[in-house]
Amino acid sequence: MTEPEVIVVGAGPAGLSAATELARAGRRVVVLEREAEAGGVPRHCGHSPYGMREFKRVMSGPAYAARLRDTALAAGATIRTGTTVTALLPGGRVEVTSDQGPEMLAAPVVLLAMGVRETSRAARLIGGEKPGGVMNTAALQGLVYLNGQSPFRRPVVLGTELVAFSALLTCRHAGIKPAAMVEPGPRVTAWSAARWLPRLMGVPLYLQSDIAAIRGRSRVEAVVLHTPNGEVEIEADGVIVTGGFRPESALLRTSHLGVDPQGGGPVIDAWGRLADPAYFAAGNLLRGVETAGWCWAEGRRTAHAILSALEGRLPAPGGARLTVAHPALRLAVPQVLGPASDAPHDRLQIRLTRAVKGRLRLTQGDRVLVEARIDALPERRLSLPLPPTLSDAEVRLELEETR
Amino acid sequence: MSDPLSLGSYDVAVIGAGVVGCALARAFTLAGARVVVLEKAADVLDGASKGNSAILHTGFDAPEGSLELACIRDGYALYHEVRERLGLPLVRAGAMVLAWSEEEVASLPTLMAQAEANGITDLEPLTGPGARALEPALSAAVRAGFRVPGEHLIDPWSAAHGYLAQALANGAVLLRQAEVLAGRHSGGVWHLATTAGAVSADLVINAAGLWGDEVDRRVTGESWFTIKPRKGQFVVYDKTAAALAGHILLPVPTKITKGIVVCRTAFGNLLVGPTAEEQDDRDHATVERETLQALMRRGEEILPALAEHEVTAVYAGLRPATEEKHYRIRDDLAPGYICVGGIRSTGLSAALGIAAHVLRLAGRDWAAPADPVWPAMPNISVDGQRDWQCAGHGGIVCHCELVTRREIEAALTGPMAAGSLAGLKRRTRVTMGRCQGFYCSAELARISEGRLLQPMLEHD
Repeated sequence: MTEPEVIVVGAGPAGLSAATELARAGRRVVVLEREAEAGGVPRHCGHSPYGMREFKRVMSGPAYAARLRDTALAAGATIRTGTTVTALLPGGRVEVTSDQGPEMLAAPVVLLAMGVRETSRAARLIGGEKPGGVMNTAALQGLVYLNGQSPFRRPVVLGTELVAFSALLTCRHAGIKPAAMVEPGPRVTAWSAARWLPRLMGVPLYLQSDIAAIRGRSRVEAVVLHTPNGEVEIEADGVIVTGGFRPESALLRTSHLGVDPQGGGPVIDAWGRLADPAYFAAGNLLRGVETAGWCWAEGRRTAHAILSALEGRLPAPGGARLTVAHPALRLAVPQVLGPASDAPHDRLQIRLTRAVKGRLRLTQGDRVLVEARIDALPERRLSLPLPPTLSDAEVRLELEETR
Repeated sequence: MSDPLSLGSYDVAVIGAGVVGCALARAFTLAGARVVVLEKAADVLDGASKGNSAILHTGFDAPEGSLELACIRDGYALYHEVRERLGLPLVRAGAMVLAWSEEEVASLPTLMAQAEANGITDLEPLTGPGARALEPALSAAVRAGFRVPGEHLIDPWSAAHGYLAQALANGAVLLRQAEVLAGRHSGGVWHLATTAGAVSADLVINAAGLWGDEVDRRVTGESWFTIKPRKGQFVVYDKTAAALAGHILLPVPTKITKGIVVCRTAFGNLLVGPTAEEQDDRDHATVERETLQALMRRGEEILPALAEHEVTAVYAGLRPATEEKHYRIRDDLAPGYICVGGIRSTGLSAALGIAAHVLRLAGRDWAAPADPVWPAMPNISVDGQRDWQCAGHGGIVCHCELVTRREIEAALTGPMAAGSLAGLKRRTRVTMGRCQGFYCSAELARISEGRLLQPMLEHD
């Protein structure tokens, strides 16, 4: 392949859908994937439903991942697996390493689509010992669906975001019977029907509870919970630490691009473009977690913005910088707002750290641009429409809570 | 040997494969002895040596005139002497001892005088602003301090691995899952019963760390000291935080502990710790959220910008302290028996010095190999080239720490092949980065299946 016009970092749903659109438009695009196979997280998520929006049918994660890859290849994109980006440099140059050793690649546009990961046990400062058998959902799913291995029989599941229920389904698939599901908050984080799943599987659900300590030297032997009724010790042989998704943004943190301290992902404008206009971003890297279908659609829309950029049809970078003015607001993206008709981001995506009732307001000076009443749970999808025109003055996202 | 369970007879049996045991194995092997190392765990460095602050100390604050000081000084010099040939890293960070109160400022002159008496002559006094000129991320609350240029950072594990690898390359034998159960001295020879079988040796060296007193009892029938485990908890920050401190930032030490240190690691992270907590349990070292949060607060008092950085890992280690502060090294408990006990937090710095001291104590003559082998350890630190920078590495498996398939394969083969996931982590850094195994656990389980003494996943 001659010099690419677009380098895509990450072959998950966002990266592959963008690559497909770019290749279909006749652009030379290379996707860099550090894993041995393309497809991203759905590759090791064995259960349904995937693919309804994209392929109009219900698919399993691995089938969906393969379909995304095949579609991109058929469109003419090149996918290089086993290729790790080690540095992002100004102007669209990226350092990579693969079995062939280090090399430098460059393209007029680099699309960052590195996705997300769950917060680790360590980052949550969970107490106790450090035996084997404590892992995130993704690690469990890799073991179960990719390897056909089963790391434990009676784990405790921490967290109740959607992915925690995916972990329960994975357990059921592998014949693993969780000993308990534990949620620090007052209610289940995921959609309300999900709360029936642990009960259907006979898994006790502990709300307003947390893991105080993990016991066991080489393998987990017990998990101690803080519950409203005091300490409870549960016999268990593993812990699944679920959710708390954070952007896989290590490359950004160590580059000239930096990250948004609030959300942990890149700072983008409505076109999905970073301050260095050679870089764009899409998918879960932007925010923490959304569905694969959402990421796929976002990748596609961002591809169209990239096509405009390659044709010199995007407005110059710039716009109003967004300030987020409430501790319950964990994320608001895009962070640079500007004239954005036809832009991939016509809504402001927002996430909360806790349940909130009140009014969400986007203001500029003393002008209220958008206002909405919300009654929302943490980590749930939440957004505001972005005004079609804006001056470059600071825009504030405010939250007024009602009781 | 007629005994079917006999695992052979040796000149020297070293009990315990911590950093001190590994250094002893090397020193005696290079002196020409046939050495066997007996380790009860599935891998080496599984006790006190698995969690420390990875600083190569000069000995500036060690007790004047002590054996500990002599061993640290020797160990420090010997590390510099052997490190290039063994492929061991050295990050020349230098340390700053910082005073945060008037009381601490008042104790600085005594500390500096002690350091000079200990032979460290390149100290540089620092005013508060002087310290901040060198380390701009330091809090403005710092009053004064002094700089110890010779304090450095090393890899806490590759040093010990390197010592043992050299012993094994020159004829020593490592037996794992070989816990010493009893000893009997007859006809000038020690007969040790272990969980792996019987071993005999002319000289037995107890380097059993946290179990030093127990091994004394099992082999000689009595112990002359009691281990009082002292736990240290640590917080490891993301690599982005490493830019906040070039120097090792030390507090003014107390009688009990060197105090909470903030320093980079040889792997490019930033470390805050340890605590010093007395406990009876020698097997279990737990972390506690409240303590970790207190460490983080202390870290932020020293480097306010630390608050913006993420925590990558947390861990707890146990130091084999005893009822007395000094090293408990003795050769007069039983014939042909040397106890090397009570090597607390300075063991990493002093190991090579301790080994040289014990070799002199043993006072025996063997035929030293004329041209010993010097196996070089693979570099996994920031001090030098990494495998991912060279072709043919087979791809990256651990993305956060850029650990290659070739590095993992190497760590799973040879006489010192990893015996457990923890051992594989210490040799390669797999799963020790930001994601803590989110991405690579499944791949690692595939690669290591059937190849670890203590499997990553246990099946019945």
